[in-house]
Amino acid sequence: MSTAARARAAMTEPDAASPVPPAAAHAGPPILAVEALSKEFGGVHAIEDLSFTVSRGRIHSIIGPNGAGKTTLFNLVTGVYTPSAGRVLFDGQPVSGLAPYKLAARGMSRTFQNLQIFFNMSAIENVMVGRHLHLDRRLLPALFRFPSLVRKDREAKERAAELMREVGLGRYIDAESAAMPYGALKRLEIARALAAEPVLLLLDEPAAGLNATESREIDELIKLVAGRGVTIILVEHDMKMVMGISDHILALNYGRKLAEGTPAEVAANPDVVAAYLGTLD
Amino acid sequence: MFAEFLQYLLSGITIGAIYALAGLGFSIIYNASHVINFAQGEFIMIGGMSAATLTAAGVPLPLAMLFGLAAAMLGGVLIAKFTIERARNASVVTLIIITIGASIFLRGLAEVVWGKEFHRLAAFSGDDPIAVMGAAVLPQSLWVLGVALVLIAATGFFFNRTLAGKAMLATSHNRLAAQLVGINVRGVVLVAFALSAALGAVGGAVVAPITFSYTEMGIMLGLKGFTAAVLGGLGNGAGAVVGGLLVGIAEALGAGYISSAYKDAIAFVIILLVLMFLPNGLFGKRGTERV
Amino acid sequence: MLGRVPVLVGLAAVIAVLPLVLTNNFLLNVAIIAGFNAVVCVGLNLLIGYAGQISLGHAAFFGLGAYVSAVLVGTHGWPPLPALLAGAAFVGVLAFAVAKPILRLKGHYLAMATLGIGIIISIVLRTETDITGGPDGMVVVPFEVFGIEVAGESMWYWVVGALLLLAVWLSLNLIESPAGRAMRALHGSEVAAETLGVDTTGYKVMVFVLSAVLASVMGSLFAHYLGFITPSAGDFFKSIELVTMVVFGGMASTLGAVVGAVILTVLPQFLTAFQDYQHMVLGAILMFTMVFMPRGLLPTLEGLITARRRA
Repeated sequence: MSTAARARAAMTEPDAASPVPPAAAHAGPPILAVEALSKEFGGVHAIEDLSFTVSRGRIHSIIGPNGAGKTTLFNLVTGVYTPSAGRVLFDGQPVSGLAPYKLAARGMSRTFQNLQIFFNMSAIENVMVGRHLHLDRRLLPALFRFPSLVRKDREAKERAAELMREVGLGRYIDAESAAMPYGALKRLEIARALAAEPVLLLLDEPAAGLNATESREIDELIKLVAGRGVTIILVEHDMKMVMGISDHILALNYGRKLAEGTPAEVAANPDVVAAYLGTLD
Repeated sequence: MFAEFLQYLLSGITIGAIYALAGLGFSIIYNASHVINFAQGEFIMIGGMSAATLTAAGVPLPLAMLFGLAAAMLGGVLIAKFTIERARNASVVTLIIITIGASIFLRGLAEVVWGKEFHRLAAFSGDDPIAVMGAAVLPQSLWVLGVALVLIAATGFFFNRTLAGKAMLATSHNRLAAQLVGINVRGVVLVAFALSAALGAVGGAVVAPITFSYTEMGIMLGLKGFTAAVLGGLGNGAGAVVGGLLVGIAEALGAGYISSAYKDAIAFVIILLVLMFLPNGLFGKRGTERV
Repeated sequence: MLGRVPVLVGLAAVIAVLPLVLTNNFLLNVAIIAGFNAVVCVGLNLLIGYAGQISLGHAAFFGLGAYVSAVLVGTHGWPPLPALLAGAAFVGVLAFAVAKPILRLKGHYLAMATLGIGIIISIVLRTETDITGGPDGMVVVPFEVFGIEVAGESMWYWVVGALLLLAVWLSLNLIESPAGRAMRALHGSEVAAETLGVDTTGYKVMVFVLSAVLASVMGSLFAHYLGFITPSAGDFFKSIELVTMVVFGGMASTLGAVVGAVILTVLPQFLTAFQDYQHMVLGAILMFTMVFMPRGLLPTLEGLITARRRA
């Protein structure tokens, strides 16, 4: 079963009966389409009339100076915010207004610019929460410790440990999350997001605050994940990294689209150079 | 008909003024420290008990009130200094338990000092009701309203016109920035507790002739003050004052026209409805969670 | 942190051995009341400690359970067990109905809302004299199931002891399950939990209802145990007492909730020796434990032990 199909199977909502059969999902529509999207906060437009599409199985980056609306866009796409106007289509289905957990059930996962670690839990438990959609989530089996639940939970723990090793957190498997250094927490968020087995993974500044070596390791990790067919949308300030790994780049400024295209096209775009690259000294 | 309505309205405004003072106290402390001070009602009790017991012992009323004021302010500063200041980074629940501990302590202290009996404080200007358009107003109600008005105006003046008050407001908006421009933010918390205690104590003294004084008098008054503060939007001083008056009036009208047995429930029914439909209170800012 | 099995075995051992020390009915009575409080606190700790949602009105559910039992058994002649279940169902439905709108609130606003619900319920219990007997309370007949009457301090001790073990077992099971982790995750970061597929509202409602139903069941049994119930069993002070036990013993520690409930039930019995100073001492203990051990008694002690072991 593909991850997309499995994510579908995990859905419990009535709208699970999607008109697009799982088999068609790999061809058909772009995985994400944003149409005339706007979001305003008290009269200020954080995102204004933005449209773009994201095709399957690539690394897409969104760049722009601080305050360009990148994180707001992530929050709109993942259902954390509700758009003021326009809509978001995930897998060809309009999803604006859906709660984030329902989007997660459809195969969307993300990390956060400012860490959102469950500091009240151990590192591996953080990753196990990422397996939530694949486990028995009911109350009664949990209270009475049904053997089936215990077995799947043990498997989830093994899977979580495996994922932690994959992202380079092998030595933190028994650690408390609150005792981990910043760079490791960044990876922990990625491991947690991957544990959900997403079809679309949104990474919000995964390399922010990391040194050059750590940054390069994250770079490799992203390529590895993308290589398995997970579509990645990346927000990142590290231009070297963005230019190096992206298949496609969208440049934002003041909540509007400034340019779009391959890294070479975007880098050559005079508007981008003026608005964004020009600000780097 | 109208006289009856007016009567309820006036008694509602009177008790509402005390809720307003308590609510203002909650807001001031919340702004300075993000703590909900469940001992706020105890400041009212200290003011009421001091005034009642000291005048009974022959101390002139103004002096008795001054003593209550000083005692409550001292209590407030000590709570701030020895508990709140040391538990800065504790969770909301832990801080709530600390102030509840403080309120149990202060009530226990009051039981030791004054006993558990009811104490009566004579009305400041006699008990002869004044007729107003068919309704009877107790002179003490006018004292309550007058004193509350002066205190609220003084608090407003302090926060909007004096440097110390502005420094406190600045701290509530951005603690770090305030610290950077040289404001003593720890001092701000102490002043906030002292100020709230003062508002409570004076309120307690003027309302004591109406409610009687006893060691548990502060519990409901404090909780209603919390309701007032939430109704007005936590941290919004003017909102707390309006909230207090609204709670007082609704309570008096509800007790008069609907059911006096459920008088104490009215404030809480209102606050539940407000929280369900306007989660930020009547005048609170609507915020979006940043992630 | 202690594992599941040591906690359960240790607790069972303490419950089994304790009667050797509790040589008279007064001491047994204190232990039984501590047990009642402990079970309610284990449930409340799931809500406050693990899911991070404060409730300052939880005693109301305890009181409602007690009164539904008292009224159905006393006034309407129901057998105690169906009455207890009816109380639990009633409280469950009520908690479910209020949970969704109020659990959207956070921090102090949630504290206010739960406090309000608790006070309203306790005022209803005090005021509806025709049904509840008002402030004077109601007499409740002993608990009886399948023809066996639960009577006497000793028998109640074993019943409450068994219930406490059961509650701790259920709680420990829950927190180490996907549902339990979801509940703890929403405490850590609501938005992150949501984006991982956790229906945060659903789990908040679930744990709120669960802890309310547990309180109701214990309230019903408590009414039968005392043989008498007054509105104070469900009032604001009782709510505060319960929260205090949880926070004092240690939030997000099942055993901590038990320890907190036991200490704060037993302590006032000893403080009666101080008579007039009882409240002052209690208030001071609360303030200073929370200032110096903000995580609560048990987690702080556990932290000290782990630190020493590592050193």
